[in-house]
Parts: sequence; C-alpha cells; structure tokens
Amino acid sequence: MAGLAAGKRLKSTVCNTEIMVIAAPGGEVDLTCGGAPMSADGAGNGGNVAADFAEGTTLGKRYTNEEGNLEVLCVKPGDGSLALGGVALKLKDAKKLPKTD
Amino acid sequence: MNVMMLLEMAASGFGDRVAFVDAQAGASITYQELYDAAGVAAQTLAASDAERFVMLDVTNLSIPVALFACGWAGVPYVPINYRLTDPEIDALIDRVKPAYLVGDPDRIGRWTGNDGVEVHGRDAFLGPARAGDAPEPAWSMDAEETAALLFTSGTTGTPKAAVLRHKHLVSYILGSVEFMGADEAETSLVCVPPYHVAGIAAVLSSVYSGRRVVQLANFTPETWIDLVRAEKVTTAFVVPTMLHRIVDVLEGESSANVPHLESLSFGGGKMPLPVIERAMELFPDTDFTNAYGLTETSSTVTVLGPDEHRAAAASDDPVVKHRLVSVGVPLPGIEIEIRDDDGNVLGAEEHGEVYVRGEQVSGEYEGRGSLVDENGWFPTRDAGYLDEGGFLFLEGRADDIIVRGGENMSPGEIEDVLIEHEAVFDAAIVGVPDKEWGEAVVGAVVLEPGAETEVEALQAWVKDHMRSSRVPERLEFWNELPYTETGKLLRRIVKGRLADG
Repeated sequence: MAGLAAGKRLKSTVCNTEIMVIAAPGGEVDLTCGGAPMSADGAGNGGNVAADFAEGTTLGKRYTNEEGNLEVLCVKPGDGSLALGGVALKLKDAKKLPKTD
Repeated sequence: MNVMMLLEMAASGFGDRVAFVDAQAGASITYQELYDAAGVAAQTLAASDAERFVMLDVTNLSIPVALFACGWAGVPYVPINYRLTDPEIDALIDRVKPAYLVGDPDRIGRWTGNDGVEVHGRDAFLGPARAGDAPEPAWSMDAEETAALLFTSGTTGTPKAAVLRHKHLVSYILGSVEFMGADEAETSLVCVPPYHVAGIAAVLSSVYSGRRVVQLANFTPETWIDLVRAEKVTTAFVVPTMLHRIVDVLEGESSANVPHLESLSFGGGKMPLPVIERAMELFPDTDFTNAYGLTETSSTVTVLGPDEHRAAAASDDPVVKHRLVSVGVPLPGIEIEIRDDDGNVLGAEEHGEVYVRGEQVSGEYEGRGSLVDENGWFPTRDAGYLDEGGFLFLEGRADDIIVRGGENMSPGEIEDVLIEHEAVFDAAIVGVPDKEWGEAVVGAVVLEPGAETEVEALQAWVKDHMRSSRVPERLEFWNELPYTETGKLLRRIVKGRLADG
C-alpha cells in the first residue's frame, strides 16, 4: 500500500471496519485489517477475515503500533483486527480530560 | 477529515439517544435524526448557488443541523451575531456572499436583506430537513476544506474572519474528547451563542461524547438555574459574566441546590477571584474547570481542572494558591511559549506574549493569510506568563498593556486588587494619553448594590496592595461596564469615555 496521510479514510476489504488515519509514518505502509490490505473504497480480492486477525475493531477506539508513529481511529467497527507489517496494532488508552465545553 | 465523520460515528454508535433539546421550543432531536436531517439539508445547500452558509439565529435545533449539513455539502458555516445592527450585519455578509442564510424569523423580518443572499426562516429550513430521506454519505474527507468562518468579536476594531478548517476542528475533538465518553444520563446545558467558538465546540464535543444537550437561547441567571434543576443538567459551560450573575442571584443562599451538576466549566474572559471563590462555596459538589482558548485555536488550549482547583483552594503555599486564577496547563498536543517583543522565548515567571502551537491551531484570517510562523507558532496577542509548574496566567491583551513612564503594567492586576475591595463589584483600568508619563492609569468602578466608598479610599486600597505607580490617577463610578454578550470587556469604549473625561 502507498503512503498514508493524516485524515485519510480506509476500508477493510474483508469486513465492515473503516478507519481514519490520525498519524502515519512516511513511505510505504503495510496496513491490514483481518489480514488483508485496506483500500479507499473497500474493493479487494474478497475473502474472509484471517483467523489470526479476527479480534475485531471497536467504534471510536484508537489503535497504534509499538513505535507509536502510526495511529488510526475506528470510524466503523468490524470483525477483523488491524495490523502493520503483520504485527497487530494495540488499543490506545484514552486520556481522561476535564470537560471544557 | 470532516466534522460529519464525528456525527456519523455518533449516529451509528448511539443513534437513539436524544442529541439536542431546545428548551424554549420544547423540541428535541436524536443523533440518528440529526444525521438524517444534516444529509437532507446538505442536498438543499448543494443545489443552491450559495458559496457560504450564514446562520443568524439564537441557539436552537437548526444550529447543529446546519453545522453538519455544511460539512456534508462542503459549504463553509458562518454564524453571525444576531444582535448586530442591520448595517453591521450587511458589512459582514458582503464579505461572504453569495450565501444561503437561515435565521430567527423575527430578526430576518426586521432586516432589509442583501443581494446575493437567499433568506430562510428557521422553521422553513428545519422542517423539510427533518421530513426528508437522508442521502447516501458522500462528504469530502479533504482535511484542508474550510468548516467554519468565525468573525472575531472586534473589541479592538473591524471583525476578522477566522478560518477554521476541518482538520482544526476534528483535531480538537479527537485530542480532547473520548468517543461515547458520556453515559445516557449526561446532560449538558449550552448557553453560549452559536457565533462564539465555544458554541461550535460545544456542539462537536457533545456529539462525539454522546451527551444530551439542552439549549438555552437567551441567558438569564434565573432561567439557567431553573433549567439546571429541571433538566438534571450534569455539565455546563459559562462565560465569567454569566457566572458572576448566577452567583449574584444566589446571594444569601448557602447552596445552589443543583445536586446533578457534576462539572461547571468557564472561559472566554477573565474570572474575578471573588466570583470563583463564592461559586465554589455555592456549588460544593461541582467540579470546576477553567478553559482558555481563542477562536483562532479552535477553542480550548489550556485547562485548569477540578483537581487543580481544589488543590489551589486548599493550599497554604502562595504559589499554588494563586493558581486558582490561572488558566491551567496545555491540552495534550498543545504547546505554549511566552516570548518577548523581539520573539525571544522567556523563562518561568517572565512576562510576555502567549504563543500557541498544535494541530487545532488555525491562526488564519480570510483575506489576510496566516499568522502562524514557519514552525507552527501562533501569536495570541494575549499577555501572560508561566509559573514554575507550567501553569499559564493571563494578563489581558498585549495591546492593553499600559506603559507609564517606561514601566509596563497590566490593567488586569490592578482590576484584581480593586475587585477584592468589599465595596467593588467590577472594575476596568485603562491607560490614557498623558503629557508627563506617556500614559496615565485611570479607571471605572462599579460598586456592589448599596455599597458606598470614595475614590480616595480606593486609591489608598490600591496603594496598600501594589506599587504606587499602579494607583489610578482618576477613578469614575459607573452603573455598569460595557461587555460583549460573551463577556469580553470592551476596553476601547472604556478608554474612549475616560479619555473624554
């Protein structure tokens, strides 16, 4: 997959998951959902969620890699789980902030 | 990025929840209905010749519908102060037409109109939007598109149109609000007008967190207290003048008697210490949060949270105690620096101009370009300093600093001392031209109801608390000070009246 820009929206090609990129490393990024590459329109080779990447995604949660330079937001949940270069992304803890408005 | 994405997530996550309640009209809309109405209204907007959407109304259900419809249609949302005069409104509209305008029927009925503007009453906009079938989602995710143009309050001159792009507003929400962080019972009372950046922030953060929003169109302290009790409001935002009036109405009471109100945040101006201290007594179970932000920074950039409020109120350490009047520490993703007039970065306790950096910071005005420098820093024109713990203290607008005989002084610190006097309700200090000193310190004071004192007594009070150069040469007693509706002191008017005196 080509480089990712913050704000870009991607769909899983094997489940209902949709994400928006919050931060991404430069260059080529191998971001997958359910074990299959993601695309802008969700079109792909079809197929099923791979058993190793079937934990699912949760609406409104953020996911990040170990280095912390990739961060995505789940805008539609699905059965597949997210991975970068074959390594599963982790759920990012939300910081509790006081309400300001 | 697009603000519509926030509503899309809300509608799919908790579509059946009530999103907005118009307290005056007794009408409400759920998150799914809001999403659908935004889609229908977006089609109407896209089919018109308008390049901008103008909102000329008090807060009501059409406000969130319009804000999101604009995101969906790719048309900038331009809320305008409905209290302006016709010529003032025309002057602003000339800068944004061709436009599609929705407004309060009474206000637009008294307005002569403007070529190039399609005018619709609130109900004529809202009715069809709520009746139609939502189209398939089809908004642009180009983060650079303009979401809103907000006219600054113009306390110093002609209003500037601040450009807020989708990336600024969405970054602010993602950085400060947890998706679906609110439980079903959480209710927010919004009484800031729609043309204020806090009005936009309130809509977006409530939608993303899943709160029920009760809208109060015309603030009075009595209706505010009634609504907080009747609607079991759990969270609310007020500007300092509103809290001042609320506290005054509760004079003589031992408690505000609002058991459901968990948090009360305030911002948009300087909060006098006696007001916040009295408020903390009247609302003993409520968390207080002070937020500082500007239109150009997509609302809040620093926060003094409830824990810091309590720690400051309880502390014997004067440094910690003083933090009660600070605006707190930066939000995650926001950086603050204090710089001198030459742009050098200053250390703790050194006074200068506040600079802000972060993804939510726009700093751009239509037709004037961006004030953000090559490293992303925006000069706020607010004067202030950081203490050793990184807490930010504001000292008014940099342009308001009085230079008397080569000595810089901020009007705010003198006002603070005056307001501490038992007879003083409010005070405004300005510098007026003076042959001997360059500028002379003069001021206007509003006394507490029934209180009496003399100018000499107040001058002596200031002299007891500050260096003698701070003592106002002249003080006048006024019935009230001129404020904007959102609580900003109109210093140029004070200055004009005192310079003539």
